Amino acid sequence: MKIPPNKPIHLTILSVPAHVPVARAAVERFCRAMQVDEQTTGQIALSLDEALANIIKHAYGGRPDGLIEIEVMPLLSDGLPPTLQLRLRDRGRHVDPARIRSRDLDDVRPGGLGVHIIHQYMDRIEYRKAEGGGTVLTMLKRLGGSGGRS
Amino acid sequence: MKKDVQKRPIAAVRWEGQAAVVSVTGEIDLSCSGEFQDELLDVLDDKPGSITVDLSNVPHMDSSGIASLIKLLGRSRKASVPVRLAGLQKRVQSLFEITRLDKVFEIYPDVTEALAK
Repeated sequence: MKIPPNKPIHLTILSVPAHVPVARAAVERFCRAMQVDEQTTGQIALSLDEALANIIKHAYGGRPDGLIEIEVMPLLSDGLPPTLQLRLRDRGRHVDPARIRSRDLDDVRPGGLGVHIIHQYMDRIEYRKAEGGGTVLTMLKRLGGSGGRS
Repeated sequence: MKKDVQKRPIAAVRWEGQAAVVSVTGEIDLSCSGEFQDELLDVLDDKPGSITVDLSNVPHMDSSGIASLIKLLGRSRKASVPVRLAGLQKRVQSLFEITRLDKVFEIYPDVTEALAK
């Protein structure tokens, strides 16, 4: 299967936890079609999970009727390593990026690890306020192995 | 009207003497971690001598699954019940390492080794 570079796929889900594994499965399948190695695929999948969980819990406050738009795009251009771009847009409450931080890892308690995991696994993370309300989160992951060279 | 389908992450709890072995199956994420936590704490309510959580059939876990295990660990420590994790797949092992929880939990290659402890 040949994945065309610089062409995105789009998914829209609701802010319900049951939609998270569906979105994750789609993105994992996309990565495999790009021949991304299993380790990198797992890191991308987990980062997506954590970002979606944060949107559901914080941007929408657990409300089940919020829209989450997901864009997945392989970025391929001369001179740059193949990269996967994940872009998540919500229309919920905008959370100040300065307040989005992980808990101290030595303070062992439930919660507060999602942001740390995303920063560990993704190469670049950017939050910006979206026009019309909500937040756009863009995450970039450089692909090792044969990823993206379809 | 049909009820929502709920995943049941805990496939089985078996007893080896006083030791409870909890077999978990499937992906653990926000869609099932609440139930996962409730079921783990139910096992602790049965007052086992130890709890071994078999994660060999868990290909993916996110921080909500980890939160459930931390909750179990906290309650178990108060009750002086050791908690051991066994059979972590690569993806899950990596998650424990980057969150440094591999230094907090007792982790074993498989259930046999965990029970031999």
